[in-house]
Amino acid sequence: MVEQVFGSIETEFRAKRAAGRKLLVPYLTGGLSADWVDSVRAAAAAGADAIEIGIPFSDPVMDGPVIQAASLRALERGATPTSILQEVAAADVGIPLVVMTYYNIAFRAGHERFAKELQQAGIGGVILPDLQMDEAGPWMEVAEIYGIENVLFAAPTTPDDRMVEICRRSRGWVYGIATMGVTGERATLASTANVVASRLKAVTDRPILVGIGVSNAAQAREVSAVADGVIVGASVVRRLLEGEGPEGVARYIGELRAGLDEPR
Amino acid sequence: MTQPISNGGAPSIMGDPSADGRFGDFGGRYLPESLVPACMELEAGFRSAWSDDDFKAEYHSILHHYAGRPTPVTECRNLSERLGVRVFLKREDLAHTGSHKINNVIGQALLARRMGKNRVIAETGAGQHGVATATACALLGLECEVFMGAVDVKRQFLNVQRMKLLGATVRPVHSGSQTLKDAVNDALREWVATVETTYYCLGSVMGPHPYPWLVREFQRVLGDEARGQTRMLLAGKDPDFVIACVGGGSNAAGIFGGFVDTSAKLIGVEPVGGAAVGRGIPGVVHGMKSFLMQDEHGQVLEAHSISAGLDYPGVGPEHSHLYSIGRAQYVAASDDEVLDAVQLLAETEGIIAALESAHAIAYVVRGAESGELPSGSTVLVNLSGRGDKDAEHVMGRLQLCSSRPCNPVCEGCTSRG
Repeated sequence: MVEQVFGSIETEFRAKRAAGRKLLVPYLTGGLSADWVDSVRAAAAAGADAIEIGIPFSDPVMDGPVIQAASLRALERGATPTSILQEVAAADVGIPLVVMTYYNIAFRAGHERFAKELQQAGIGGVILPDLQMDEAGPWMEVAEIYGIENVLFAAPTTPDDRMVEICRRSRGWVYGIATMGVTGERATLASTANVVASRLKAVTDRPILVGIGVSNAAQAREVSAVADGVIVGASVVRRLLEGEGPEGVARYIGELRAGLDEPR
Repeated sequence: MTQPISNGGAPSIMGDPSADGRFGDFGGRYLPESLVPACMELEAGFRSAWSDDDFKAEYHSILHHYAGRPTPVTECRNLSERLGVRVFLKREDLAHTGSHKINNVIGQALLARRMGKNRVIAETGAGQHGVATATACALLGLECEVFMGAVDVKRQFLNVQRMKLLGATVRPVHSGSQTLKDAVNDALREWVATVETTYYCLGSVMGPHPYPWLVREFQRVLGDEARGQTRMLLAGKDPDFVIACVGGGSNAAGIFGGFVDTSAKLIGVEPVGGAAVGRGIPGVVHGMKSFLMQDEHGQVLEAHSISAGLDYPGVGPEHSHLYSIGRAQYVAASDDEVLDAVQLLAETEGIIAALESAHAIAYVVRGAESGELPSGSTVLVNLSGRGDKDAEHVMGRLQLCSSRPCNPVCEGCTSRG
């Protein structure tokens, strides 16, 4: 497949893939604690290839108990989209930063203003789990103007023809949903994870990252046998909720990195 | 069966949504990709069922022989004399399970069965939709699980017991404000995880396309009936005003659907603490774009209402559309006005209204006093449900045990002061 490559995140991910590296994208809830930006830096230093910064939303329907609890804690600390973006703008981590939030945060701000704020904070991409392809057009037009790569999801239930279209329109990478369910750790990797990854690989050349229910180094390694990389959220955030702090994040991301890098 | 009204061949304002599931600017399908195929399947299933005469016949047959349709329209002579306007009630309180919710769930349970899904999940606020869903599932042999905010489980415990008696599992929701909004969130989360075997029976004209349309179509029966009934009572005329309470807005959508193509003025009554249309800020939550109570950053606010069924920060997208084009107007009633309305209707007409439905009565009282409803005008109110479930709560708030104690004073009166 020859597809047009649109953004710098995709370009960077393609280059790393070509060099044989599996991609690792951890998620952290923005504003979770006073030192949350240190955790972003720690994750970058420990081998993340990009970091998802969660802007908490009051009604996170795609999230399980861990990220719900983190979102609530951040909101109770007074975190706002603006405060999170201002704080992370100073992070200077040398890898792409991507915002993950729900569409109402972008809609309320207004597409222009939201895109501008992301750009000014040095954010390269955005993931909006409740803005599926059919509704994403108006926002993605504005995002494109500001150089913000909007990542689209593909699910185990997504039909083949729709998957092709999602891959065509997605920017940055394509987010493969490993399991039917919300974010959260699972004892075993769902059988659907590698099926989704294979189905996506068959229809696109864009980088394929798989997440939702990828919970440890062994599972990350298992899914990246097919996919180009993994997204881990709840297992990172749980460690932060348990008070592990930036050192704990560094340790865990290091483990994931080692698992992905181990010769196959 | 009443036929849809003719309005000279023009498409009805409350007709089909656009291909992308919108009423004007509102509606749509804002939800995780995992659920999009399920919504498409549901849309196809509904289109096929709703154009199938056998399906419609079974739906109407159950509503007639099982649920007690058509419900009557009652003229309130005592209340009318007191207020100076002629008040008519569409008596959904007399439908099986005690509210209009039965219309929707019979339709959706039949649809679930037709689509081969044996497990049904639902959210509920006051418990009326939960009870209705549990009822329809019992009737059609479907497994039923109802998500209900932990706060609502406490304040609507009678309905919790009814659901259990009907064989349903009640799942208290402890996240967020622990009310209807959070019950919807958890039902959506459960649906994401079990979508292949589970039918989500949404209780109002809200959520992602096709729910706002599908639920309105299943509720339209009450509006179509009411139009025929009021014409009988008003010598062929339509009422001047048609008034209904609005949380998500299903009972209002049902009755508005019957009158939208007439000259009747349509009025929705929101709770003061849950006035999504009243505040007029569009937003996106629970799969739809509609008016939404939210802060400057887009965080959804918690609604506060004495009635659990209206304790919702959003509103169905078609109501946002009807408001935007000026076809319906939306007003708000306070908790105190609502309590007074429950008492007034009970004492003048011998009808105990649900706290939800009493919002509509409360506005009639205020509107008649202020002249917004001119003297002598005819007013049809959708009495969407009966108030048994609220009796204890209302007695406490109105302090009726202390002002009207039993004679001799009973233990209940003593303990309630």
